[in-house]
Amino acid sequence: MYELFGNLAYGLDVVIDLVPWTFSLFGATFTIPVPVNILLCLLGALVGTLIGVLPGIGPIATIAMLLPITFGLPPVGALIMLAGIYYGAMYGGSTTAILVNIPGEAASVVTTLDGFQMAKQGRAGPALSIAAIGSFFAGCVATLVIAAAAAPLTSIALLFGPAEYFSLMVLGLIFAVVLASGSILKALAMIVLGLLLSMVGSDLETGASRMAFNLPELADGIGFVVVAMGVFGFAEILRNLEHTQDRTLVQSKVTGLMPTKKDLVDSTPAILRGTILGSALGILPGGGTVIAAFAAYTLEKKLSKYPKKFGTGVIEGVAAPESANNAASQTSFIPLLTLGIPPNAVMALMVGAMTIHGIVPGPQVMTKQPDLFWGMIASMWIGNMMLVVINLPLVGIWVRLLRVPYRHLYPMILIFCVIGVYSVNNSPVDVIMTAVFAIVGYWLMKHNFEPAPMLLGFVLGPLMEENLRRAMLIARGDPTVFVTRPISAGLLALALALLVISVLPMIRKRRDEVFVE
Amino acid sequence: MRIASRFRGLLAGFAVLAASAGLAAAQDYPTRPITMIVPFAAGGPTDVIARIVSENMSKTLGQTIVIENVVGAGGTTGATRAMRAAPDGYTIIMGHMGTHAASVALYPNLAYKPDADFEPIGLVAGTPILILAKKDFPAKDLKEFVAYVKANADKLNLAHAGVGSVSFTTCLLLNSLLNVKPTSIPYQGTGPSMNALVAGQVDYMCDQIVNAVPQIKGGTIKAYAIGTAERNPSPPDVPTTKEAGLPEFQASAWNALFAPKGTPKPVLDKLSAALDKALNDEGVRKRLLDLGSDIPGPDRRGQAALASLVKSEIAKWSPIIKASGAAN
Repeated sequence: MYELFGNLAYGLDVVIDLVPWTFSLFGATFTIPVPVNILLCLLGALVGTLIGVLPGIGPIATIAMLLPITFGLPPVGALIMLAGIYYGAMYGGSTTAILVNIPGEAASVVTTLDGFQMAKQGRAGPALSIAAIGSFFAGCVATLVIAAAAAPLTSIALLFGPAEYFSLMVLGLIFAVVLASGSILKALAMIVLGLLLSMVGSDLETGASRMAFNLPELADGIGFVVVAMGVFGFAEILRNLEHTQDRTLVQSKVTGLMPTKKDLVDSTPAILRGTILGSALGILPGGGTVIAAFAAYTLEKKLSKYPKKFGTGVIEGVAAPESANNAASQTSFIPLLTLGIPPNAVMALMVGAMTIHGIVPGPQVMTKQPDLFWGMIASMWIGNMMLVVINLPLVGIWVRLLRVPYRHLYPMILIFCVIGVYSVNNSPVDVIMTAVFAIVGYWLMKHNFEPAPMLLGFVLGPLMEENLRRAMLIARGDPTVFVTRPISAGLLALALALLVISVLPMIRKRRDEVFVE
Repeated sequence: MRIASRFRGLLAGFAVLAASAGLAAAQDYPTRPITMIVPFAAGGPTDVIARIVSENMSKTLGQTIVIENVVGAGGTTGATRAMRAAPDGYTIIMGHMGTHAASVALYPNLAYKPDADFEPIGLVAGTPILILAKKDFPAKDLKEFVAYVKANADKLNLAHAGVGSVSFTTCLLLNSLLNVKPTSIPYQGTGPSMNALVAGQVDYMCDQIVNAVPQIKGGTIKAYAIGTAERNPSPPDVPTTKEAGLPEFQASAWNALFAPKGTPKPVLDKLSAALDKALNDEGVRKRLLDLGSDIPGPDRRGQAALASLVKSEIAKWSPIIKASGAAN
């Protein structure tokens, strides 16, 4: 424990490190100490937030675009800034999810469910504030988790082989069924559609092209941003243009910016549970953050006294997933920091940044470069504080955006979305595909199909398929591997239990209805 | 008829004009920023090498070199875009063993021919390939490894970073040399495959030195040999395949600069010279060596050497890939 605080203090020391800066003014030379790393952290969080707020530009695109900017900086400062951009963009992504129903990245899909409904009721301010507060709390806890237990947690991540991941993905898809607020059958149909869409592209094992219709643009599959912008962002705009009255209602109803006492009381347990779930699931490479957000939402819905209200603008529905995805995005640094193995695309970019700066990420970073290791960890905590400082005042500005007449707002959203979609791959075809998904999304909305389960299926599909095939290959085709490995069996049992709990009441209800008739 | 011939004359005139304009343009090249397409993600091994070299080249050329990461389809999306770019020297590409050799056999519908649709500028740097195994693999050197793999091939699992990746093609070479067909477990990228090797979920793999060195130093995996002519200073204890008894395994993920077909010769020469200067620069060399890269000596540099390298690499990888049946 003592050592932990010593290390954290050392990390803070690195972050607060004052660099003398000499400049001449009016012929005289001045030297003032400048806390460069803190400024870089602030800059990163600010830039990340601002770019993350642009619909369609999530953390991956943001870091990829801004990576070259950091090349001229000293390594520790550069990585602190990149980490700031990362969680800033993660945070910014949820802002668009709440305000305009456009998830900036996969982990904020679930935030749209209740966040956007709250915005529609004029409660965008409290939703954004709670998201900021929840993220801050989760970030602080996750930072402590990393500092205290990074090394032992790594070994847990290594226990997860293909079979375990497959079972985890099954559990994730069950979450998608549970979180659907309407018909279970329609939710299942949407998940399957999402899975099918995720199959487009090259086959993992043979490299053969699947459902790509010989279009080179489809050879690598359909991008998440394309689907998310289409079925959420564009389709929502189409729907809004149809019901102009809805919008004027939203504009007139904007009430207080800060959460009420009741909001805080309601969201506190949700934030706590979300933080714990997120910290645990974030360690797992791959879909950790996404699963964490969905799991936290599902858990809240199950524990809630009014599960039926979820999806209509309940504050817990924002607090839980936002805390969970922030905690998870923080603990997802663990495999990178302790093993040097990037668990997701953003972390792969961080590895690139490290190698460009001459730091070889690996198991020895902690001992050989303690300033980098502890500096980064301490900077996460400071960065989270900066996010709150940046975002709470911004809430007012974002909410005021909703008051902009819709005829001015929607062309802007469309333009930003198009820029965002285009910037991911510099590909015009992606923009056209987004438009196609917009039409699909509009049709789905009209027929009461919810897009969120589809998006979850789409995100988890590739992970599920890859791990299923890996597990089967390693087991030489023996399917019992999923139940003979204890962690995998446990996850499958949990999935089954969850399915039974959520489906049973409906079957019973339907039977009741049948009897009534 | 007369009209047609006059028209032809006019055309010829235009052609002369255009050619002389082109020549003039070539002489004061470059007058605006140059785009270097990197067909892989920012931060990857090829990207890092491209950034280190382009920084120095832009100083020599007096113009900024902008890196554009065009990812997709094993790098062939970026290579296709470079092939279709105007051949004026303002778009060049950091090609790679995958995009400019292995792709020929991997993608039968490839939109370009690496040896015919590009003008070679020069070889930049290679990342040597290592033969790696999980920590408790029961072999203490390459000879034992070879014997064990040959005896137990049907029980072993090989990890690779996806069909068409460097780790995939180079391990095809290893397996064809040993005449074994272990079960190949595909992963999405080198990160997840290395994770599986560290966790002991798979038995062996072939990977680029940049990804492997930290794990070798950390003692989480074993390295049996390096597929280059000489030992590498990054993991100095790892013997070459020649020393360890498998001299046929020579593999390096080379990166090289190309321009679209038809780029004027003076422009190409300027680029080649700038690249050569960069590869002689102490700072550049140090950064490349820190990554474990293999910097080509004078005999392997320049346009002619790269042209023959591309031809020989296509000839080397195509039969191995075709025999494995991995082509889409």
